[in-house]
Amino acid sequence: MTDAALIAGATQPSGPGHASGSTPKTLAAAKRLKARHAAEFRFRLYGRTAIIVALSFLVILLGRIVSQGWSTFVQNRISVAVYVDPAKVDARALNGVNWDYMISTAALAKLGLTDDDVGERSGKMSALLSPALGYDLLKKIKADPSLIGKTVTVDGPIGADAGLYYKGLIKRSTAEGDRRLDDAQLGWLDQLKAKGQVTSKFNTDFLTHADSTQPEQAGVAGAAIGSALTLIVVGLLAIPIGVLTAVYLEEFAPKNRWTDLLEVNINNLAAVPSIIYGLLGLALFINMMGVPRSTPLVGGLVLALMALPTVIIATRSALKAVPPSIREAALGVGASRTQTVFHHVLPMARPGIMTGAILALSHAMGETAPGLMVGMVFFSSDLPRGFLSAATVLPVQVFIWENASERAFLSMTAACIMVLLAFMILMNGTAIYLRSRYERRW
Amino acid sequence: MSYISKDPSNPSGSPMTTPERHQGDHADGVPEIRLRTAAIGAHADAPTGTLKVQAKKINVFYGAKQALFDVDVDIPGKAVTAFIGPSGCGKSTFLRCINRMNDTIPGAKVTGEVLLDGEDVNDRQIDPVTLRARVGMVFQKPNPFPKSIFENVAYGPRIHGLAAGKADLEEIVEASLKRASLWEEVKDRLNQPGTGLSGGQQQRLVIARAIAVAPEVILMDEPCSALDPIATARIEELIDELRQQFCIVIVTHSMAQAARVSQRTSFFHLGKLVESGSTEEMFTNPKDSRTQDYITGRFG
Repeated sequence: MTDAALIAGATQPSGPGHASGSTPKTLAAAKRLKARHAAEFRFRLYGRTAIIVALSFLVILLGRIVSQGWSTFVQNRISVAVYVDPAKVDARALNGVNWDYMISTAALAKLGLTDDDVGERSGKMSALLSPALGYDLLKKIKADPSLIGKTVTVDGPIGADAGLYYKGLIKRSTAEGDRRLDDAQLGWLDQLKAKGQVTSKFNTDFLTHADSTQPEQAGVAGAAIGSALTLIVVGLLAIPIGVLTAVYLEEFAPKNRWTDLLEVNINNLAAVPSIIYGLLGLALFINMMGVPRSTPLVGGLVLALMALPTVIIATRSALKAVPPSIREAALGVGASRTQTVFHHVLPMARPGIMTGAILALSHAMGETAPGLMVGMVFFSSDLPRGFLSAATVLPVQVFIWENASERAFLSMTAACIMVLLAFMILMNGTAIYLRSRYERRW
Repeated sequence: MSYISKDPSNPSGSPMTTPERHQGDHADGVPEIRLRTAAIGAHADAPTGTLKVQAKKINVFYGAKQALFDVDVDIPGKAVTAFIGPSGCGKSTFLRCINRMNDTIPGAKVTGEVLLDGEDVNDRQIDPVTLRARVGMVFQKPNPFPKSIFENVAYGPRIHGLAAGKADLEEIVEASLKRASLWEEVKDRLNQPGTGLSGGQQQRLVIARAIAVAPEVILMDEPCSALDPIATARIEELIDELRQQFCIVIVTHSMAQAARVSQRTSFFHLGKLVESGSTEEMFTNPKDSRTQDYITGRFG
């Protein structure tokens, strides 16, 4: 409508200057208008296309991770009633008893089978069950030796490969020689399922266990705790140092060549590849200062170095965004510069600072390369106990499992990424929450 | 120092903080203020008519650019002095010399003397922070803190230790808001944000904030330029009331405003002081032709 009005307006000569030769002029004007509208339409189209492409990449990425990782969150468990034969159990050497054999023969018995002479059948059954069942039985007997001679029910995960079969990731249609389970084993699994011996539930072990060589027993808790401890170190170092540096540079430092140089350097530091920080940390913290390697402490130190420029830059821009009139107002009533900054400027900049700091932390959390350099590629079946106990972090755990040879680790890698992403969403959500909470529109 | 001016009959002593009350009830609040007085030089407030501020040969440089050239101005106490002149003539720059706000601008350099009660404010002995408590400032755009109305007014007295307790502070806030003729409008919502007020109310809040520290001089840098005519009229009324107690210096773009509120006027042009005199004389019988041209609207 406006376009029509414009053209209509253009066709009517508005002054004496337009009186002569108005027709070619208006034609040209209409042409220009059309070209301008076409350009605007094209540009909007480019923008939308870009968004659609970006969104579809995101959907593909997340879809692939979720479709690969979901199966880790389902755990198939089996419960087996085992008769603990006093003849086979030496109460003085419980650790030496072949519990796995006892359980697999009990499982075979459920299917009406007995072990053959060479133990091949029990071996095959044992491969379908997790060693966790054996540990569980041992623990129970140790806790209560009177159970020897009685029937004990143990409950635990089935083996990783058996789990893959139940989840449809090992298919019967595959040639027998190409899969890890033969036809007989698949038959047993079908029978166990049919008899209702196998239940499936949410895999809490994955969220509470540390790493393990057995996929069905491995979990992300060790890496998650390692990440949390590392982040505590990063936060305690990078946030106060970064914020105070920014406050000094922005509010107090004289503007001269040195501070300019400093500013350029800080901005450039934010762009230094993270592996360089890892190398620096290796040389400085581990080799020169003797900080123990693989620990959340050294990981946190390195990541704090890496996060510092980001925190400084975010804080400075948050401080810059505080209107100068507030500083003048405070100075005008006789506040000192320090009072001005700490009573008025910093509180106003707080939402921006917190957002920047949390984003820097979540960036640090996702960083893998520095972790690799300072020995966070660390296998431990125990949860880290403190800042000085060796640990790994979530992204490095992804790296470790990605390199593992067992098929089940493939899905665990994706699941670990999902946990990492959940952490990130949690942190960024916190940033948004804090921002909206403190950003009062006065 | 109007809070505890030595002279109880001092007209600038604010009614809310009579010397007796300070010395009697809140003895602990007194020493700090005394110290401040001692640091600057214990001057009894100058009676009306005597000079409060004297500027001698003020030159201001922003980097390489010189903004003021040898400006000499005398500002009387208990009166309103207006600075007029076209944009960029240096009147705001000069205003900022009086409370050393130019110190906060990187690259700014001030030479010459600004005497406040006979003492140079640029003296090394003088702390700009205590100076700014004596010389309050109101800015062009209302700039309340993003805090409650109460906190806005209470901030100054709090950082200067002017209130001995919560009740005392509340009293100062109330008296300041009353003197800024804002109390009736805000007394029921002191805990609401100061930025939620209208522009005119915000400017009065800012004036209340300046008054709360009991300054001797109040500098106003185009205080009405962001306000509508009705709000402007209220501020002008307020300025007229305040001049009973404070030495007021106002920078304005509006010659009508200068004529309405001020007793003395100085005309600045291109960084130089062209002419100073009583407002009446300046507007009826200017000595300099440039003043004549400006006030008759031929430039500026």
